[in-house]
Amino acid sequence: MSENAQALLNVNNIEVIYDHVILVLKGVSLEVPEGGIVALLGANGAGKTTTLKAVSNLLGAERGDVTKGSIEYAGERVDKLSPNDLVRRGVIQVMEGRHCFEHLTVEENLLTGAYTRTDGRSGIASSLELVYTYFPRLKERRNSQAGYVSGGEQQMTAIGRALMSKPRMMLLDEPSMGLAPQLVEEIFEIVKALNDKEKVSILLAEQNTNMALRYARYGYILENGRVVMDGDAKTLSENEDVKEFYLGLSSAGRKSYRDVKHYKRRKRWLA
Amino acid sequence: MDVLYAVFIAPFVDMATAPIFFAEVIIGGLIAGVMYSLVALGFVLIFKASGVFNFAQGVLALFAGLTLVGLMEFMGQTSTQQLPWYLIALAIIGTAAVMVALAFAIERIVLRPLVNQEQIILFMSTIGLALFLEGFGDVLWGSDVKALDIGIPDASFEWGGILLNQFDLVAAATAAVLVAVLAVFFQKTRVGRALRAVADDHQAALSVGIPLKSIWVIVWSVAGIVAMVAGIMWGAKSGVQFSLSLIALKALPVLILGGFTSVPGAIVGGLIIGVGEKIAEIYWGPLIGGAIENWFAYMLAMVFLLFRPQGLFGEKIIERV
Ligand SMILES: Nc1ncnc2c1ncn2[C@@H]1O[C@H](COP(=O)(O)OP(=O)(O)OP(=O)(O)O)[C@@H](O)[C@H]1O
Ligand SMILES: [Mg+2]
Repeated sequence: MSENAQALLNVNNIEVIYDHVILVLKGVSLEVPEGGIVALLGANGAGKTTTLKAVSNLLGAERGDVTKGSIEYAGERVDKLSPNDLVRRGVIQVMEGRHCFEHLTVEENLLTGAYTRTDGRSGIASSLELVYTYFPRLKERRNSQAGYVSGGEQQMTAIGRALMSKPRMMLLDEPSMGLAPQLVEEIFEIVKALNDKEKVSILLAEQNTNMALRYARYGYILENGRVVMDGDAKTLSENEDVKEFYLGLSSAGRKSYRDVKHYKRRKRWLA
Repeated sequence: MDVLYAVFIAPFVDMATAPIFFAEVIIGGLIAGVMYSLVALGFVLIFKASGVFNFAQGVLALFAGLTLVGLMEFMGQTSTQQLPWYLIALAIIGTAAVMVALAFAIERIVLRPLVNQEQIILFMSTIGLALFLEGFGDVLWGSDVKALDIGIPDASFEWGGILLNQFDLVAAATAAVLVAVLAVFFQKTRVGRALRAVADDHQAALSVGIPLKSIWVIVWSVAGIVAMVAGIMWGAKSGVQFSLSLIALKALPVLILGGFTSVPGAIVGGLIIGVGEKIAEIYWGPLIGGAIENWFAYMLAMVFLLFRPQGLFGEKIIERV
């Protein structure tokens, strides 16, 4: 399947079932190259979060199970590893909806991100400084309880917390959720900087297709637990159907990408 | 009028006219309260970290008491032969080790298979655990009331006219040190921070790589050791026996008063109930023929449930809109 053997993350035709009965992913494959930013797009309930959780293995805590397919990271099968193992290997998820530790201060939140590190205090202290250079606002709010800082600051805390683990790959789940456009831009710029300077490869789940395609180099579109389209960010953003259904650039009254392109996609599956 | 005077005025006149006696009543209440605090503290720790209401907390105290007595007898303690202090210390350390081993076993056998189950199922599994530990303790160490003598004299002395008991003071000081150590552990250490993180948001804790299994072992170990201290204190005063596991029932009103998730709440709640029931018993008890001590805590808890259900220190639920 994989044309690109040296991809950092390789998700191979996975199927995910919740509660032993609810089939949510029906064969999802995707790749993230080392140093890449890859977008995972799709409407509510398409299965973006489920895909990310399958990789980070947070599914286990939700009675979800990868029942088919495989997930490889840095050349190693990782689908049976615990989240702790994965964080140690450099894969960390920033969950949808921020999930800060509300009763901990912003700085304590950041420090929990270093839980798995074994390189001692000074390494952790310099990571903390690094986080503060990317997010100067967090430094000002370092002693506030995370439950009381603004939504944007919480999102920064969540990303900064993940950064504290010195990740090689970050799984970002809807960082734009509930934030003002300006702030979304600010956060995406920082994500891009992390990708450039800290060499963090990024798999980004987003509903904000427009934003995501501006920053990502490659994108996958999920619908109903299947990848219905993938391609370069540029190709995707110029694609008529994507424009129509995900970028809202057309006023045609059709309901779903699926309804129109059924025939075309079928061809793609068979190919 | 007489009734009103007897209820609302006379007790306070009594307090004011015999301040030394009043102080002794309060100290007696505080000492009992320390016990309640310790048991409640064990509950709070486990409840915060895993959301499990641990019905077995009282039995853990009993089990620790039984284990300590058993170890000391094994080392040669008899009713006439007092062990040297270092063997007593060794026995206490051994008991602590047993409590830690128990925490490992509980995580492995009870909690891990039940991960992701409903809260009520976990709660029921702790009832099972309580019954098992009671039976197991019986089989292992016998079911008769055992004296526990850890070599701290139960002697009284006077200080500024107030009668104090040496054992009580040592016990209270030990509890205070334990609480202080726990506070530092929670606030200042990496693992303590991780424990608080788990208490706040399991999922997020998992996502940053905090392993829940080891956190549970740590929490149950700490709760086991807190139970051990309670078990030793209580056991040394009134013998190690089944009724020890019933102090867990007193912890319930303490929790309602202090809030199920608050460590300071458990401590202050325990002290308030300890002092409150002693005062009620001594000054108001004669009016209705005594025994207020038995139900005072529950009455107070009920009043709290009506007016402040989150408890005195219940964690604020942070909501943003
Ligand atoms: N724990 C769960 N148990 C059962 N079904 C679930 C669970 N989590 C998600 N699902 C179902 O799986 C499907 C995909 O959900 P998922 O959260 O992955 O979508 P998503 O693309 O992230 O959506 P959104 O954009 O709303 O976050 C949905 O139909 C959802 O109802
Ligand atoms: Mg989602």
